[in-house]
Parts: sequence; C-alpha cells; structure tokens
Amino acid sequence: MSQGDVLAITEQSDNVFRKVTYEALSEGRRIADSMGCGLTAVVLGAGENVAKELGQYGADRILVADNHVLNEYMADAHTNVVADIVSREKPATIIVGASTQGKDMSARLAARINAPLAIDCVDVRIDNGDLLVTRPMYGGKILADIVFDGKPQILAIRPNSMSIAEHAAAGAIEILDVDVGETNLKFIEKKLDTGKIELTEADVVVAGGRGMGGSDFSVIEELADLLGGALGASRSAVDEDWRPLADQVGQTGKVVSPNLYIACGISGAIQHLAGMSSSKVVVAVNKDPEASIFSKADYGIVGDLFEVVPLITEEIRKLVK
Amino acid sequence: MEILVCIKRVPDTSENEIIVNRNGTNIELEDLVYSVNEWDNYAVEEAIQIRDRVGGSVTVVTVGDEEAEEVVRREMAMGADKGILLSDEVFNGSDGKGVAGIIKAEVEKGKYDLILTGALADDGAGQVGGMLAAMLDWPYASLVICLEEIDDKKIKIGREIEGGNLEMLEINLPCVLSIQTGINEPRYVGIRGIRKTASVEIPVHGAEELGLSSESVGESGSNLKRLDYFVPDPGEGAEILEGSADEIVEKLVELLKVRGGIK
Repeated sequence: MSQGDVLAITEQSDNVFRKVTYEALSEGRRIADSMGCGLTAVVLGAGENVAKELGQYGADRILVADNHVLNEYMADAHTNVVADIVSREKPATIIVGASTQGKDMSARLAARINAPLAIDCVDVRIDNGDLLVTRPMYGGKILADIVFDGKPQILAIRPNSMSIAEHAAAGAIEILDVDVGETNLKFIEKKLDTGKIELTEADVVVAGGRGMGGSDFSVIEELADLLGGALGASRSAVDEDWRPLADQVGQTGKVVSPNLYIACGISGAIQHLAGMSSSKVVVAVNKDPEASIFSKADYGIVGDLFEVVPLITEEIRKLVK
Repeated sequence: MEILVCIKRVPDTSENEIIVNRNGTNIELEDLVYSVNEWDNYAVEEAIQIRDRVGGSVTVVTVGDEEAEEVVRREMAMGADKGILLSDEVFNGSDGKGVAGIIKAEVEKGKYDLILTGALADDGAGQVGGMLAAMLDWPYASLVICLEEIDDKKIKIGREIEGGNLEMLEINLPCVLSIQTGINEPRYVGIRGIRKTASVEIPVHGAEELGLSSESVGESGSNLKRLDYFVPDPGEGAEILEGSADEIVEKLVELLKVRGGIK
C-alpha cells in the first residue's frame, strides 16, 4: 500500500469549528491508527489560536492558511487552496464533513484532482488494508458498501454518524502562505436567523406532522428549545405550508440522525421514515396505534400530542432545573 | 441568456419500499415507475423564468438510454426550447464523475452562459454540478434558493446554508448552479403540453460525437467500486408505553435518561 497520511479538511465559521469537523478528525484519527500513518488537519480562514485545539482531537500536524479571503467559504478559492495542499502533502485519504460546504467542496475537489469520492459516509471500516465505506442511497432506504479505486480517496462523512473522541496528539502548527487564485464568486452577506440549530447536526430533533393540525407548532417548539434541539416537519406539514421546506425531514427533504428524534403527529410515510430512521433513539407520539411511525420508533405513545407533549416538556423541565 | 439544465430520469422511490436485487449489485428496478427527478423540475422552472425575463433559450440535457427521452419531452412541455439526449452503450454504469464528463463534452459543443442542475437526485450525492463546474473551470454555487439580479456578466444569488439560513453571493457568468427545492413552484404539465412535444426531434449524441473515449466513461471510468447494496436493519418496532398520561411520560423520561437521549 502506498504511504500517505490522512488529511482532514476542517470547517469553521467565525472562528468556531463545526461539530462535524470534530467527527471528521476523530474518524480520521481512527483511520490513521489502523493504517499506521499520521493525521494532518487543514484549517482555512482562521488563525493559529483557533486551530491549536485540534491537537486534542488527534491531529499530529495542523496546517493553517489564515488568509482573509478564506474567512467565508468560496467554492473556487477553497478548492484552489485545498488542491494545492493535496499536491504538496500527497495524502492517501482525505476526510471532510458532509455539511453543505463539505459536499460542495469535495465534489469540486474530486473532479479537480481526479480522485474517487464517497459522499455521506455513515460507516468506515478497514478491509485488508483498504478503506470500505457505507453510504446511504435513496434517502437511506438502501445502504451501499463502496471501495475506492485510486488515491487519494475522499470521504465526506455524514454529520452525527461518527463519534467524537478526544485523543491528545502533537498538534504541531504550520502556517501556510497560500495562493488563493482567481475567484469568480463575491460574498455579499449572510442573512442569519440566529439561534436556529441546523437540522442535520442537531442532537435532538422534534418534528411535527399532519397531526399538528395547523401552523402553530409552539407546543413542540417549546420542547425542542428546552432540549436544545431543532424543529422538523413531515412532508404533509410542509405541503400544507405550516412549515418552510428547509424544515422537511424525509427522502425529499433533509436526512437526519440525531441522538433523539421525537415524532409528533407523524404517521410515518415511507419517504419520511427514510429521512429519520438512522436516529439513535426515536420516540413517536400518535393517536393512531397502527401508524407506521411506530415500526421505526423505540418508544411509542398512543395519544393526543397536544396532551402528551406538554407533559413531556414539563417532566424534562424538572430535570433541567 | 443561453441556459442548459441537466435533468435525470429516475425510478420513483420516495413513496415505495425498495428491494435489493439478488446479487446485491443494484436495487430491483422492474416494478418501479420512472419519472423526472423531482428536484430537476425546480431547475427547469427557474431556467424558464430567467429566459422569460431576459430572453435567450433553455435547453434540457440528460444522460441515459432511449427511455430517458420521455423526461426530456416532459421538461420541454414545461417550456424548455430544446432537448438533447446523451446516450451510448459505453455510458452505462457511469458514476457522478462520468456523467459530469459526458455533460462537459456536450457543453463544449455549444455556447452556454448558465448551467442549472437539481440540488440532488435519488441516490443522494448531489455531486454532478460541482464536478461539472470544476471540469469546465467555471464557478459554482450549490443549493441556490433565490436568484435576484441577473445581467450578462453576473448573477446575484442566495444559497441555503446550515440552519435554513441564507448566504448572498455574486457569481460571474458562465457558471453552474444547483437549484434547491422551494426556489419556485414548478408549473404543472398537462397531457396537452406533453402531446405537443411528442413529435419533436430530440438529437442523440453518443461517445464518438462527443469525442469521449470509452475508458473515460461507464464502469471503466468509475473510480468507485460498488460492492454491495443492502437494506438497513428494520429494527424491532416501538415499545408502546402504557398507563395514565402522567405515568407514561414519567416512564419515557426515565428511559431517555438511560438511553442518553436527554441529559
């Protein structure tokens, strides 16, 4: 097997790393240990002070490109820089989080350097010295095991699929002087709905369906807020215009895998189940004992969500206090 | 504005159970109904709206077998001006990179200012747009949810980023954009519309016309080897909690504490 390190491309916004970055680093460390190679982290658009903590997550070396052009993600500039780093470092494996940005950049990078890419990996194993990854297809109804042909192999890992492990490593910082190249994109502004938690990265998702009966989701919103979670919706709730499309969980919406998924008034159409069945613990509240959501749930409550959910909120509030 | 929209004919899997074939090499496709990838309708609708605003034409293109022609006609019935089918036996088994390479060859035969794709397709990777852009060395933006000012040099767009937030960018033309659902409401296509495009000639371009070697496409051009398809463990179904509402909720919270669902 040709030697070469694992290169983890990190993602930060306003000097804070995304959770999936820690997941990618931790998984990168596990791969590096099995392969007997090192782990190098790449930090773009942030300084040494921000980057140094990555040593705690297993990075032997941390390459820092603190160029202000890279502060906001620009597909072309970021790809230029990463492609340069790849040609210099010659990694065997590149690992990145399959966030919006990570998917965008990894597809562009793969075409640029003609490397194999697997997007949304949910499992990574080593088989006879080769990486074998599992990725969901058709919204998670099917899984496919894939091996790569060629190096470097690029893995974009699905948020919330890999565990974060602290692992003290040298974390030696190297400052890079990078050539950003030409950019055909100009950042104008971000319109942020602050405080809203990204569905695909949330630890807890509380979702409402047709059983909500209208656009007032406050009863489940309260529970989501209390748990520090995100609000989701079924396709029927979105079709009714009760919630924006961005909240839709399912095969034609977002695929989520939180620690806890609470489905309220969701019957569990197949396309919805595809979007949430990889959640670790699923609780379903539904009036209909025959609802198919119960087939994918760990715990079921047959009852009126407007009665049950406030009681859950109340009970959990006691714990939080 | 000359606009190219990449579309795909896919099995409708969203409302159906899917079965893996006997060898585990693909899903069982036989009983599935095919249609245009739902996401692509948003891209075609957006292209038509841009054309109606600034002039020009909309061409839809797909990579597939002769049956893929039906989705080209459907999108032409929506209002696209032209359709192109990229079809050749050697294209079979192409992965995302292969498909991007085939479309790139077609793009270079024409003169386009803007290429739109759907945000993703049935297999969920959503990678062809980004790869195509990189191959053409054009700028690219994914998950475009609003499209504001447009002139012959640049477009102002909004991308959906994490948390349902919006990032506003200016992107130079020519460029590739992947269009997110919700940007518009794709128009309805009636039987009459489809009938009108039924006899339109759809040009078919193969590997030779596109100047593609058979090694660069299809299975031989793929650098992912698919080993195995399988269906995830269905799980055992829910434990239904019984008792009074208060008892149930108390029980649930205890269980979640143990399972680590809540802290």
